[in-house]
Amino acid sequence: AAPVQVQLVVPMAVVFGPGSVPGDLPRPLPFRDVQEMEISVNLRTSVTSRYEMLYRSTTGQEEAALAAATAREADAALHPLQDTTLGSLTVYVVPETSSLLPQGIKVYVGKHRSALVRAGGSLAALQAQLREVAQVMSFTASSIAAALSDRVPDGQLSPDARRYLKSSLGYEITFSLLNPDPKSHTVDWDIEGAVNRYVKPVLDKLSLVANFSVDSQILYYAVLGVTPRYDKESSSFLLSAHSLPHVINPVEARLGSSAASLYPVLNFLLYVPERSHSPLYIQDKDGAPVSTNAFHSPRWGGIMVYNVEAPASSQASLPLHVDVDMARVMEVFLAQLRLLFGLSREEVPPEFLLERPGNEGLADWELDHLLWAHTVENIATVSTTLTSLAQLLDKIGNIVIKDDVASEVYRAVDSVQSAVTELSLGHLHAAFQASKEAITSSEKAFFDPSLLHLLYFPDDQKFAIYIPLFLPMAVPILLSLAKIVRETRQCKKEPTKMD
Amino acid sequence: AVSHYRLFPKALGRLVAALGVRELHLALTQGFWRTRYWGQPPLQAPAGAELWVWFQPTVTDVDKAWKELSNILSGIFCASLNFIDSTNTVIPTASFKPLGLANGTDHHLLRYAVLPREVVCTENLTPWKKLLPCGSKAGLAVLLKAERLFHSSYHSQAVHIRPVCRDASCLAVSWELRQTLTVVFDFFSSGQGKKDWSLFKMFSRTLTDTCPLASQSKVYVDISPKNKEKELLEVSPPPTSVHEAIVQGDKKTYAVYDLLSPSLFNTSRSLNVQLKWKRPQDSSEMPIPTLHAQRYVGGYGLQTGEICTLIYNTHPFRAFPVILLETVPWYLRLYVHTLTIVTKGKENKPSYIHYQPAQDRRRPHLLEMLIQLPANSVTKITIQFERALLKWTEYPPDPNHGFYVGSSVLSALVPSVIAMKDLDVEQSPLFTSLFPSSDGSSYFVRLYTEPLLVNLPTPDFSMPYNVICLTCTVVAVCYGSFYNLLTRTFHVEEPSRGGLAKRLANVIRKFRGVPPL
Repeated sequence: AAPVQVQLVVPMAVVFGPGSVPGDLPRPLPFRDVQEMEISVNLRTSVTSRYEMLYRSTTGQEEAALAAATAREADAALHPLQDTTLGSLTVYVVPETSSLLPQGIKVYVGKHRSALVRAGGSLAALQAQLREVAQVMSFTASSIAAALSDRVPDGQLSPDARRYLKSSLGYEITFSLLNPDPKSHTVDWDIEGAVNRYVKPVLDKLSLVANFSVDSQILYYAVLGVTPRYDKESSSFLLSAHSLPHVINPVEARLGSSAASLYPVLNFLLYVPERSHSPLYIQDKDGAPVSTNAFHSPRWGGIMVYNVEAPASSQASLPLHVDVDMARVMEVFLAQLRLLFGLSREEVPPEFLLERPGNEGLADWELDHLLWAHTVENIATVSTTLTSLAQLLDKIGNIVIKDDVASEVYRAVDSVQSAVTELSLGHLHAAFQASKEAITSSEKAFFDPSLLHLLYFPDDQKFAIYIPLFLPMAVPILLSLAKIVRETRQCKKEPTKMD
Repeated sequence: AVSHYRLFPKALGRLVAALGVRELHLALTQGFWRTRYWGQPPLQAPAGAELWVWFQPTVTDVDKAWKELSNILSGIFCASLNFIDSTNTVIPTASFKPLGLANGTDHHLLRYAVLPREVVCTENLTPWKKLLPCGSKAGLAVLLKAERLFHSSYHSQAVHIRPVCRDASCLAVSWELRQTLTVVFDFFSSGQGKKDWSLFKMFSRTLTDTCPLASQSKVYVDISPKNKEKELLEVSPPPTSVHEAIVQGDKKTYAVYDLLSPSLFNTSRSLNVQLKWKRPQDSSEMPIPTLHAQRYVGGYGLQTGEICTLIYNTHPFRAFPVILLETVPWYLRLYVHTLTIVTKGKENKPSYIHYQPAQDRRRPHLLEMLIQLPANSVTKITIQFERALLKWTEYPPDPNHGFYVGSSVLSALVPSVIAMKDLDVEQSPLFTSLFPSSDGSSYFVRLYTEPLLVNLPTPDFSMPYNVICLTCTVVAVCYGSFYNLLTRTFHVEEPSRGGLAKRLANVIRKFRGVPPL
């Protein structure tokens, strides 16, 4: 793998509210400080994270905003006063006795790029707290290692490392309704309305990261590949956790690959079980039924089972009409979408309180999370691609590089260099755009079909033509040369024997 | 971009939306329709694969979209449609008009290609069945099992997509996907003797239920009496209704089995339609259709040849025009000055000719003519060609098999003997889409002729090897001998006692009883 040295710079502003300034400041406010940390992935890849902090005190407007009743209102009031460039963070330090933060909570992370921290006494304790906040809101060592998971030796990877979607220029999301028993159930879902109401706001927010396209379909007579077990106690059918991996393969043949585009596809399936297999529950590893009745597969998508209530009378006329409750379904699917992208909120320390993102689906700092990870991944991928191309050219001398391929390679190199520069300056948005350009150019150069043109021209064919021609000519010449050499050697040995 | 699908298959829907396709017609056929034995075909397709597409006016680069479309379709249908490129694509000007709603027909948005060498097999039937909403699990598609369908004399499957009005007022436009499958089971000629058939005999299974998503599910059996004789055949079980229609100029009666009517599956759980002939058939002649054609290659040798097309008009008193479209690959160089059209001994001048000559390795010949066919006549169209010598890398793996020339297309509005009523779309969607008639007096027919198999002069592919062997032998022998002669030095040698060869020779001589050397 090619050596990659990247410096990630996060500009942070630490704003001290009245009464929260620690006593042991080295210099009077405002002043700047830098904290660096090394995240070494392997011998040749190193990522340094650098937090450039600006310590200052509050302005009058910020003081007024911090005087709000709850943390949420304070956060909303502070939002127009902050620096909202991508990648930057603002931390407000409130006094220890402040009532903004509830009991036992030391840090409150808002919907945008700001956090409220309770003052902790000394500057060192505050800086430790700030480091934690910065890691939660931008990137951690494990998230960077997950982005560079191709380069990390296997033993050091956490099990979550390879489960997030790889960075791509676009994603296709497909919602499929599987109805294996159309004779018993007529299922109607208002997917258009649900997509507009629930999914579109999230995708609009994520449109900075990639292009999204959504479609949906209804598949009939599509069965899961696994027969569920009947459980007498709960009088329901159960799908055990270890049979879940076998569910996806038979279904995938019916889902239809998207032939018209090259983006990776995320499938979200809603399965309405047959009348003879209702109700159907998914069991987790401990044997308890999963509350959402859904599971997801990394880098593929998610499946949710929607049980239809049995009709009150057994003589009800078939088929039963089912109107799917789209709010419940979309809740699960959007949660799965967040998990697929790696935006889980499970690894925060206990004294943190994270604000819920509301209708938009994700907070601004979670978007930054994705952008940091994707930028680093893009840079690593581009350097690997270009290095492979160079190694290929070294090995096979036959390949002809056309001018446009060469210009794409130059463009990729320039873009990668500019991405690394922008990262070291703290401009996340510009770095991300540059890394996307670099990926496009490097893929175009590497997968250009003209590279394969003269690839298969083996050397033995050249030998096969020339050897039958030159060998018979060369044999008498070589034999007589050998004879001449022998005679001159003999002559030299016995010069006196000449008559 | 967002799109939602319910019954329409997502793969085709996304394809049509992404590439700006207005109409798409794809047919994969195995075999040739024998008009003299089987009568007029309901929907004919040329042997091999045929694809013709009208693009939307918003598409800027039609050739690029055409190439992408053929590649994606070849993936969806597992057929080698990716061999469609500029050497077998033509732009017809008059033969292929849009079959759906159209807002103006600039023929530069149309592309037509035929791959006559394409073979149809079960791999192509499976994706075709996957496009149906119920698949092959319920409804009429249950009958379509591959091992019986391909055990037939003619097999043709087609997919047609076109825009249609959603209702009579035509305020909204929908996409219509029509899938057709034409199979000929020829029991009479395959040696079974009798012409009785049943669904079980043909498909080795029967119909058990309908697709719950279908709004109409019907089986039509043609029970038209021939020569006004009734009671010639018997259909069992008794049909739910009898439908009469005028199809392609003939009055036909159909026994209809409506699978959605509850009375059909009352007595037995499966429906096995059977037809028995009451009296043995003495003649198996079908009525000769009004328009039919033949095509063959004339001439001898491997240098020149001639393509002859015979078009028959058997209508007793009406003449009508027909459009002939011929696509000839570039390696058969047509000479248009030798084009002759002869009817009843007299020359027949076409009222419209569109000829586009070929460009070597880039474009095929395109010849489109509007010919008036007099009543009760045979028209012979001949054109001479010269066979080209290809470069040695351009020959296919079995060059002595020959090169295929795609079928030519005849499109005509054939006047019908009986006046036809305008059918209501709602009542019989099958007949209005299969046999549309704009006015009551003629019906549209599209016929295909036979594909041709033409031999091109084939070089001897072992020549490079021969040349290498000969040159190397000559060089080795001649050069080697000359060199030896020129540079050999002679010594005097003592006679040796005899080497191994002499001793072996003496041993043999002792056996023979001959004195030793």
